[in-house]
Amino acid sequence: MRPGPRTCDDGCDMSESPPVRRAYRDTETSIVGGVAAGLAQHLGARVMWVRAFFVATAVLSGFGVLLYAALWLFLPAAPAHEVGSPGSESATRGGRRPGRIRRLTDAGPAVALVALGFGAVLIVESVLGIGTLFWPVLIAVVGVALLWRQADEAQRERWLDAGGRLDLIGVIFGRGGWAAYARVAAGALLVIIAFGLFSLRGGSASDLGRLTFAFLLGVAGIAVILGPWGLKLYADLTAERAERIRTQERADLAAHLHDSVLQTLALIQKNSTDATTVARLARAQERDLRSWLYAEDASPDASIAAALRQVAAEVEDAHGSGAHSLAIEVVAVGDGPLTPRLLPLIAASREAITNAAKHAGVARVDVYAEVGTDPSSVVEVFVRDRGTGFDLDAVGDDRHGIRDSIRARMERHGGAAEVRTGPGEGTEVRLRMPQGGE
Amino acid sequence: MSMTRVLVVDDHAMFRSGVRAELAQQAGVEVVGEAADVDSAVAAVAAQQPDVVLLDVHLPGGGGVEVMRRAPSVEGRPRYLALSVSDAADDVIGTIRGGARGYVTKTITGPELSAAIERVAGGDAVFSPRLAGFVLDAFSGVIEVAAVDEDLDRLTEREREVMRLIARGYSYKEVAKELFISIKTVETHMSSVLRKLQLSSRHELTRWASDRRLL
Repeated sequence: MRPGPRTCDDGCDMSESPPVRRAYRDTETSIVGGVAAGLAQHLGARVMWVRAFFVATAVLSGFGVLLYAALWLFLPAAPAHEVGSPGSESATRGGRRPGRIRRLTDAGPAVALVALGFGAVLIVESVLGIGTLFWPVLIAVVGVALLWRQADEAQRERWLDAGGRLDLIGVIFGRGGWAAYARVAAGALLVIIAFGLFSLRGGSASDLGRLTFAFLLGVAGIAVILGPWGLKLYADLTAERAERIRTQERADLAAHLHDSVLQTLALIQKNSTDATTVARLARAQERDLRSWLYAEDASPDASIAAALRQVAAEVEDAHGSGAHSLAIEVVAVGDGPLTPRLLPLIAASREAITNAAKHAGVARVDVYAEVGTDPSSVVEVFVRDRGTGFDLDAVGDDRHGIRDSIRARMERHGGAAEVRTGPGEGTEVRLRMPQGGE
Repeated sequence: MSMTRVLVVDDHAMFRSGVRAELAQQAGVEVVGEAADVDSAVAAVAAQQPDVVLLDVHLPGGGGVEVMRRAPSVEGRPRYLALSVSDAADDVIGTIRGGARGYVTKTITGPELSAAIERVAGGDAVFSPRLAGFVLDAFSGVIEVAAVDEDLDRLTEREREVMRLIARGYSYKEVAKELFISIKTVETHMSSVLRKLQLSSRHELTRWASDRRLL
C-alpha cells in the first residue's frame, strides 16, 4: 500500500558530492528584481547593505545599474516549486495557511532607496549640467526596468500555476490585472518618450542619416523590450518541463493513493466487527496519506530518519493484527545520510521495535532518534514502550533477541546498547552508534 | 472546580462533531461552540469567551494563526491549543510562534485531549513527542555559552533534557521521576521552552523558519 519508489529528478547525481550552492533571485522579497535579496541570502549578508552597495555604485558612474541588470539577466529566479509538501501547498492555495506577511519595514528601505536614487540623479545633474542625453536615458532605463520586472512577474506566476501551458498573453501580462497592464503600458510609453525626447533634442528629424540612426535605435529598443521575454521563455521552458514531470508523478501517486484508500475502505466494511483490524487498517492508511501529504521527500535508503520510519511502518503492518492495535511514533531530531556503517543500528532498532510490538502488550511504541549535525557525532535511537517489561536477568538462554540481535550486533560494529526494564515498568532500549567515517 | 469552556475550530464538520462527542464523555470540559473558518472563529471567541480554543492549523481565511491574531484576548484568555493532521514542522512551529500553548495531532484520544485542554487552561504548555522533536531541531547546534548572547536563544541543559525525554515518549510524571524533580518543575521548564520558542530571535531559529517559509 505504500507509494512506489519516487522517480529520480535532477537531485540524484548530487547524492555523491555535496550539492553546489547557487545564487538565486529572491522574487518573494523583491523590490525591483530580487537580485539584492537573493545575493544577500547567498552571501549571508544583510540585504540592506547589498542594496546600499547597488545604490552607491549606481551613483558612481552607473556601475551598480549595469551590475544589477547583468545579475538580473543571469541569475535564475528562486525555484518556487521546491517549497512544501503537496498537503501544505494545497492548503496554501486554498487560503488555509498564513501567507507571507508583508511587513511595513519592507516598504521603508524601498522608500529610502528611491529617495537616495532621486538624490543621485540631482547630483549628477548638478555636476554634468542638464545634459541632453541624461533625461532620455534615465527615462528609457526606468521604462525598460518596468518591462523587465513585468516579464519577471509573469514568470513567477506561471510557476505558481502548476498545470498551465504557455500562452503568449500570459507570457507578457502574467495573470493580467490593471497593475500588469499599467506596468507594461508605462514601460512602453517611457521608452517611446525617451526616443521622442532624443529626436527632438537631436535637431531636425528630416535629416536622412539621423532618420536611419533613429530607425536603428528603434529596432534596438524593440530588441531590448522583447529581449527579456525571449530569455525568460527559454528559462521557463526548462523549468516547466521539470514541473510537468513532477506534476505527472504526483498525479500518479495521488491515483495510487486514492486506489489504496478505496481498498482500505472496502476491507474496513468487510471487517467492521473486528475493532483491531479496523484500527490497524485505518492506521496504515493514515500513515500512507500522511507521508504523502506532509512528509519530506526522502527515500528510505538515503536518510537515517526515513529508514527508521520505514522500519516502524513495516513492524506496524506485521504485528498490528494481534489482540490490540499498534501505533509506532517515530520522532527524529536531525538527520543524516544512511551510511553502511549505520545499517547495524537500523537492524538493531528493528529488532527492538519488533520486541516491543510483540511482547510489551501495549498499543503505543515511541521511537526517538537523534542525529548530530557533526559527522563525528553519535547517532542515538531510543525505543520505548510502557508495557509489561521483564526481568532482564531471567531471560533464558534460548531467547536470542536482545543478546544477539541487539547488544552483540551493536558492540560488534563499534556501538553500544543498553536495555532498561523491569516487570511492570515498560522497556526502553537505547542504541548508540558513532556516525563517523569508515 | 468549574467547567473548562472550549471552542472547537475546524473546517471539517465531521471532526467537530467527533470532538464534541468525545469531550462530552469527559468530566470538567464543556464544548460551548464551534466555528468553521477564521471569521466565524473570531466572532465566536468574542461571543462565547471560551477558556480554551481548539484550533485547527489549516483553516479557510488564512489559517489558525490568523484567528489568534484577530480574536479579542481578555486577560490572556482564551488560550489556544493547536490540533492538526499536518505534521509539517513549519505549520507547527508557526502556530506556536503565533501564540498557541501546545500542539497535538488529531489522532489523540479523548482522555488525552481532555487532559491537554486542562493543562492549557491552567496556563501550562502541552508538548507532544513530535513537537518536542521540532523544538530540539530548531534549537539544535553546539551550545557555546560565550557564543550566544541572549538567554532566550538557547535551551538550558535541563530544558534540553526535558525535551529529549518528552520526545522519547515520557509523560510529565515519568520525566519528573527520571530527572528527580517535581512535576511542577517539569511544567516550569516546559513553559520556559514555550516562551523561548515564541520569543527567541535566535539566528538559527529564524533561519530554520525562513528556510521553511515561515517569516
